[in-house]
Amino acid sequence: MIKTEDLTKHFGEIIAVEGLNLEISEGEVFGFLGPNGAGKTTTVRMLTSLIAPTRGAAQVNGYTIGKDDTQIRRSVGLLTETPGLYDNLSAWRNLEIYAILYDVKDPKGQVEKYLRFLDLWDRRNDPAGSFSKGMKQKLAIARALLHEPRTVFLDEPTAALDPEASHLVREFILEIKKQGRTIFLCTHNLDEADRICDRIGVFKSRLLVVDTPTNLRTKVFGRKVVFHLRHASEEFLELFKKEPFVKDAQLVDRKIVATLDDPENQNPRLVRLLVDNGAEIQFVGELRRSLEDVYLQLVKNA
Amino acid sequence: MKKTQTIILKEWAEVFKNRYVLFTVAFLPLLLTAIPIGVLYGMRSSEDFSGAATDMPTQFNALCPAGLSGGECFQVFLVSQFMIMFMIIPLAIPASIAAYSIVGEKVNRSLEPLLATPLTTVELLVGKSLAGIIPALLATWAGFLLFLLGAWLLVTDKAIFILFVDARWLVAIFLVGPLMALLAVTFSVMVSSRVNDPRVAEQVSMIIILPVLGVFFGQMAGLFVLNRPFILVAAFVLAAVDAVMVHLAVRLFQRETILTRWK
Repeated sequence: MIKTEDLTKHFGEIIAVEGLNLEISEGEVFGFLGPNGAGKTTTVRMLTSLIAPTRGAAQVNGYTIGKDDTQIRRSVGLLTETPGLYDNLSAWRNLEIYAILYDVKDPKGQVEKYLRFLDLWDRRNDPAGSFSKGMKQKLAIARALLHEPRTVFLDEPTAALDPEASHLVREFILEIKKQGRTIFLCTHNLDEADRICDRIGVFKSRLLVVDTPTNLRTKVFGRKVVFHLRHASEEFLELFKKEPFVKDAQLVDRKIVATLDDPENQNPRLVRLLVDNGAEIQFVGELRRSLEDVYLQLVKNA
Repeated sequence: MKKTQTIILKEWAEVFKNRYVLFTVAFLPLLLTAIPIGVLYGMRSSEDFSGAATDMPTQFNALCPAGLSGGECFQVFLVSQFMIMFMIIPLAIPASIAAYSIVGEKVNRSLEPLLATPLTTVELLVGKSLAGIIPALLATWAGFLLFLLGAWLLVTDKAIFILFVDARWLVAIFLVGPLMALLAVTFSVMVSSRVNDPRVAEQVSMIIILPVLGVFFGQMAGLFVLNRPFILVAAFVLAAVDAVMVHLAVRLFQRETILTRWK
């Protein structure tokens, strides 16, 4: 569980984070989106008790930042932007060191568990420096999970990874999600956020909006339904426009694109209207805007 | 304690894989031990150097006990000069290790995950410091013992040997040495906060050996002589400087400072 109230961080004249109010439930996967330099990493650093806020308060797993810093560090896992592994040391040793530093009761057992879980057991004695980027990232995620934290902060977990490695890491994040941990995911990868996150916050020094990916699309662009007709015409468009629940309707090629609040209940009425007036409907489907469109719109307006 | 021990072992495992550091730790003590032993070996026939005693700083004569010939006194003087150089070991090794252990972590971006653990700043700093200080002291003491063994075998008169194990040298090796090592580590921590390249950090940290060179040349020029009061004063001054440096290093080695100001 994460709760922030007016969380603010200034570096001299620079405002990194301003008045962040956020509430993330236990077991939720929260995507934190924002451009470079938006203050995402600063937020993560404050929430992991690495740096102190200039103003405001935050609670992580029931502990207060600035007051229960050691307990917070004990109860959260952090994957930093770069894996930061000890390249000369083996995968085993990299994890064992952190197991000891996190006071894990059975360091060897826990290291073995994660190396097997990550399919790295056979390479446990190889130096981390010899691993591929994806394997390094998996090892770094394992390092963040060794002490079984209730909340995990993942800062750009798939940045600079090739599609295959990104896929591996995403699969792993979904596994963590299944374990019921709270995940705070900073990412630039909007497709990833769309697929993994329960809710998304768009951030640029301050929080612009928070909602589920679907609701964000609706909020920014409304819900649009496309009616593919054999012979689309202005006549059908006018029929749509006369309906009070149609917020907007446009003729695009041989399609009518209608903006609706409740397509599930309003579509049947529109289909009936078209059929009754002699239209030949080929397909009806929802026009799904990408999260990228939503994000760009929000950041542009910020 | 276990966390500090883990940090020390981790540092050694990482740092000693770097050949520059390994070279400093292994080669420097060997070289600085070999030089005074070589001097003793070359001067086994001290009578040949009896005339050279007049070249010694006059203050040094006071340290030369009655009964030793001019040549033997000159032998003691020369070895004493190289014993000063020997004090470079507790400065150079920690500076070299600390430069790599701290700036190396900065370069690898491994400091942030480390700082995100429940490890306290004191545990981390003590671990990193001891990782530099312990090998330095072991190398210094091992080198000194090796020198004593060589001296025992090579000196023409055992009265000369006694001068090499007198209180001033024991204080220098076993008290001033650790104080110097602590100074080097704290200095390296400060240098690390300003530079991004381990090699630059090591080179800048090596400035710390300049005072030792100053003492070497100062005694050679007859400006002062390294007698017991001088070494005791040096120990007190170093202890005071160390206290200030430790305070500054701890202040500088805060999580927020490291993450946001160390560039």
